[in-house]
Amino acid sequence: MAGVWIIAEQRDGEFRKITYEVASAAKKVADELGTEVTAVVLGSGMQDACAELGKYGVAKVLYVDGDAFATYTTDAYTNAAGALIKDGAPDVVLFGASTQGKDLGGRLAARLDTGIAVDCTALAVADGKLKATRPIYAGKVYADVIINGTPQIASLRPNVFDVVEAGGEAAVEAASADAGEIKAAVAEVQAAEEGKIDLTEATVIVSGGRGMKEADNFKLLEELAGKLNAAVGASRSAVDAGWRHHTDQVGQTGKVVTPNLYIACGISGAIQHLAGMGSSKVIVAINKDADAPIHTKADYCVVADLFDVVPELTKEV
Amino acid sequence: MNIVVCIKQVPDTESVIKIAGDGMSIDTGDIKWVMNPYDEFGVEEALRIVKDQGGEVTVVGAGPARVVEALRTALAMGADKAVHIQDDDLYGADPIAVAKMLAKAIEPLNPDIVFFGQRAVDDDSGVVSSAVAEFLGMPQLSVITKVELADGKVKGTRPIEGQTVVLEASLPAVISAQKGLNEPRYASLPGIMKAKKKPLETKTPADLGAERSDFIEIAALNPPPERAPGKTVEGETPGELAANLAKLLKEEAKVI
Ligand SMILES: Cc1cc2nc3c(=O)[nH]c(=O)nc-3n(C[C@H](O)[C@H](O)[C@H](O)COP(=O)(O)OP(=O)(O)OC[C@H]3O[C@@H](n4cnc5c(N)ncnc54)[C@H](O)[C@@H]3O)c2cc1C
Repeated sequence: MAGVWIIAEQRDGEFRKITYEVASAAKKVADELGTEVTAVVLGSGMQDACAELGKYGVAKVLYVDGDAFATYTTDAYTNAAGALIKDGAPDVVLFGASTQGKDLGGRLAARLDTGIAVDCTALAVADGKLKATRPIYAGKVYADVIINGTPQIASLRPNVFDVVEAGGEAAVEAASADAGEIKAAVAEVQAAEEGKIDLTEATVIVSGGRGMKEADNFKLLEELAGKLNAAVGASRSAVDAGWRHHTDQVGQTGKVVTPNLYIACGISGAIQHLAGMGSSKVIVAINKDADAPIHTKADYCVVADLFDVVPELTKEV
Repeated sequence: MNIVVCIKQVPDTESVIKIAGDGMSIDTGDIKWVMNPYDEFGVEEALRIVKDQGGEVTVVGAGPARVVEALRTALAMGADKAVHIQDDDLYGADPIAVAKMLAKAIEPLNPDIVFFGQRAVDDDSGVVSSAVAEFLGMPQLSVITKVELADGKVKGTRPIEGQTVVLEASLPAVISAQKGLNEPRYASLPGIMKAKKKPLETKTPADLGAERSDFIEIAALNPPPERAPGKTVEGETPGELAANLAKLLKEEAKVI
């Protein structure tokens, strides 16, 4: 069967945006290799949704239905996708470098005894092989990596690859694969706060640092974020001060984010913070210190007191 | 509890990373090497569990001779003993190949729990823990911010996009630590003195019966893509600044 395969990501029976990003990127790779894209979908009651992947360049869907696949577990996904991949012998396997993809990647590569390039920001084909570009050393260097095993596995950083509508309907084939023994089971799922947008998925992020002065002042950022449909992030200083939860931290020991717009308020732009947000498409710095390093990384620099500017900006957008 | 913590030695995060003349590796001349920050959470958690339940903490690291410094740091924090897989050529290797080697070193230690950091801050791969779990046939709980142990089982809390899931597995298990798990302690001066006398075993890949099998090859290292120089937003008053910024974001950058 060969070709380029993707492993779809779904939650509660709906594909996540990363699946469309990966499908679109896979389509490009498949075109260059002169082959087609097959999607592996593991889920429950998703038969009807599968054909829709055709819109993003998927020619064929291998759909495995089962209760054990409703929620992601490392074991069910490695066992089922691993077996299908061994059978189908694709040349390339792609999926998202989301939390799920990051969890799956190492296990699947080890199971298939092949190489994996994680969290890639660009893909190319050279001499019939996948060449993946990935930031390393917290984005201080970009590595071009060649994957020599079979299949060549790569996971793609969310929000980097464009979603491209390319085709029609995919041919959906019911496949069978065993979930096997679930050694690490999901015991509980706690939903995030209502309406809270996850940082790694947000297209706009408003972030605050030590310049916010206290926890209460983050209300200003929440208000701006509300109007922009944005997530609120924080520097480590703001987290360490107890103003924000550690899951809000952006940076080397926090989250790596790639929104279209990142607004840094009262953040100096330390190298560890830049490591997390440096590849945002557009960066705005609001910092009263004209010499703050963040201003050298920003596309738009506002040298002013954030307490004056942010409320005004909230009115303008 | 018999706990193994795997440690990677990485450049200090403030290090300037220079691409070497070959264009495929980094210049390690001026680098200050430290224990991977995420691994500190693993060491700390292991020490807390052993304090509570008894047992022993063994730290394992692979790489050139200098890696011993990172292992000694963990011993100074309070780990009991260390194993160093010495291979001068291992730094920058395929993480799956490294995982294979670590698994060989870990297996005879019969751990109840194997801790890792959720990723190393140099190659940023984050695949070693789950590859080791696969090679050892153990369940994996990755990117964990809370660990609870009871009745031979472990529960681990993992934040994911928009949710938090609690995973449960039987021991032995592999756990990768995320920031939030704990506050790692510093190595005390008496700890540093004691660490010098703690057992540290050196093994070669050949001793472990492990062979390097790299699938990943670096074709080139490049500086990050250049960003166009930024624009200073003009305006006399906060209102003007905000209006001009909003205009630029809407009309020029087209991001809102
Ligand atoms: C191993 C390691 C890992 C780390 N990981 C991370 C990480 O993941 N994420 C992270 O963010 N940091 C991380 N750090 C910390 C990092 O080095 C910096 O200390 C931190 O990012 C600084 O946060 P800050 O910019 O909010 O604070 P500061 O550096 O104190 O900067 C505050 C800024 O706010 C400005 N300001 C103050 N008041 C106002 C006002 N009223 N209006 C406008 N501007 C104002 C000031 O001019 C200043 O530039 C890490 C450090 C280490 C050693």
